[in-house]
Amino acid sequence: MNYDRILNPAVTSMPPSGIRKFFDIAAEMEDCISLGVGEPDFVTPWDIREAAIKSLKDGMTCYTGNAGLPELRDLICRYYKERFGVFYTRAECLVTVGASEAIDLAMRALVSPGDEVLIPAPSYVSYMPCVTLAGGVPVAVPTTSANGFKMTAEAVKPLITPRTKAIILTYPNNPTGGIMTREDLLALSKAFEGTDIIVVTDEIYAELTYSGTHASFGALPGMWDRTVTISGFSKAFAMTGWRLGYALAPEPILDQMLKIHQFTMLCAPIMAQYAGIEALKNGFDTNFEEVRKMRREYNRRRNYLVRQFNSMGLTCFEPFGAFYVFPCIRSTGLTSEEFCNELLYGKRVAVVPGGAFGDTGEGFIRCSYAYSMDHLIEACRRISEFIAERHAKSEDYVHVI
Amino acid sequence: MNRSFAAEILDILAQDSRTSAAIIAQMLNSTEEAVLAEIARMEKENILLRYTTIVNEELTEDKETIHALIEVKVTPQYLQGYDAIADMISRYPEVRACYLMSGAYDFMVLVDGPTLRDVSRFVTEKLSVLNGVTSTGTHFVLKKYKDNHVVMPKGSDDRRQVITP
Ligand SMILES: Cc1ncc(COP(=O)(O)O)c(C=O)c1O
Repeated sequence: MNYDRILNPAVTSMPPSGIRKFFDIAAEMEDCISLGVGEPDFVTPWDIREAAIKSLKDGMTCYTGNAGLPELRDLICRYYKERFGVFYTRAECLVTVGASEAIDLAMRALVSPGDEVLIPAPSYVSYMPCVTLAGGVPVAVPTTSANGFKMTAEAVKPLITPRTKAIILTYPNNPTGGIMTREDLLALSKAFEGTDIIVVTDEIYAELTYSGTHASFGALPGMWDRTVTISGFSKAFAMTGWRLGYALAPEPILDQMLKIHQFTMLCAPIMAQYAGIEALKNGFDTNFEEVRKMRREYNRRRNYLVRQFNSMGLTCFEPFGAFYVFPCIRSTGLTSEEFCNELLYGKRVAVVPGGAFGDTGEGFIRCSYAYSMDHLIEACRRISEFIAERHAKSEDYVHVI
Repeated sequence: MNRSFAAEILDILAQDSRTSAAIIAQMLNSTEEAVLAEIARMEKENILLRYTTIVNEELTEDKETIHALIEVKVTPQYLQGYDAIADMISRYPEVRACYLMSGAYDFMVLVDGPTLRDVSRFVTEKLSVLNGVTSTGTHFVLKKYKDNHVVMPKGSDDRRQVITP
């Protein structure tokens, strides 16, 4: 059988995630230290795990309503109101299988064939494929370390065409750790005046903001109507494996997303939903003490890692969100892929090449600090050894000439 | 950050008391000198008393130490309340910790000894005959599952894939 002729070219032409290759090598390597993980090193807090166990014991093994448990949706609305000042009602809230599903739903509900979607670059790996699979055309909005990888009205405006359907905002950002303040968002929002562009904002790292509190796009004056807010429990509550996220949007948009969800996913897993209820309830009761503790830990490691990279000569802008630092490796004369390869084979440290997150990520590497301090200290020791040995080599080279 | 510099340092040392001042400084965006000065101040003011270890005693080669928790009821003394008795109990080297408690008894005394007999003798010959002590109840520790936030035995518990998006 000629499978190439059978399979959907939109899928076969899609490159696999650039992360995959390194994963396969690093996973096999002994004594390999990884800074490559995009998820918390904390285990889900015990009371949340217990709530899921209880739901199983109580025989909660059935489907829920398509949109999710009403109690959970109410809690999510309360959470967004109290934490970020954006107002949604239960009918404007859909519980999904991770933020990942919500991103896919938003694209499928919004994009008609040929529609363009603006995506910051570098950014998380899923947006482009989701746009492409929905028949749309992803348009990269380059961002640079010089302005903290923020999206600006100046960068966005020239890329807006009559076919621009939506723009994806994703701050705090994976892989750069960049954030956008309320002022930054206000300035950006000017680019949408007089257009019907929908802003899809992925705020999964909102709780991991280390300077001030996260600014949510839907809270800006006049922007609510054009905003689809996406988030989830993975990062804030250390619940990546539970697959629990949500979308918040005006009913006309959300109802269409709900239809797709209804036919393709039916509902999010019920035990995960009960766990989510506990995460938020307990959060409100304790003023989100667990989340604050994690943030405090991350912040210390962030400080440490930024200082380490800068002192190695890998300049690193200060990332105020998520759990990534994104140092520039151009001073080594290597491409980011070469750097990652040599570091992996030479020193057994796995980091992710910036190029995996779009062309503008080239020249950078993504290092996660979702690891214990001991782990980070050892990784930094190996990386600085690697840099020092490279410098020594290039000096020898100069002598020979 | 709304916590004090001192609280941040204590928090880091509580997790690993061997964390160097240089590393602490980098974690807190400070300088090594400032961290060393703050630690010295806390040592001088008896805030930071000692840097210690958490040992999985089941894996040590030497004989295990016996631990007991002892509930002690006392008659508080005129003018001195509980302090005088607590001071006497605390002076025994066998006593690892001594807490004044709310509830059915007055002191919780943690005692360590090389054998069951040593601990029993300490209780019967030294503790229960102290002036003011009216009764004791001894509980021997059979197994430690968790100590100072460390669940035992501690293995690698990172179950994540090596690289994830
Ligand atoms: C920016 C961003 N959005 C979404 C996701 C996926 O989140 P979820 O686990 O909720 O599907 C990730 C995961 O790494 C992410 O980095």
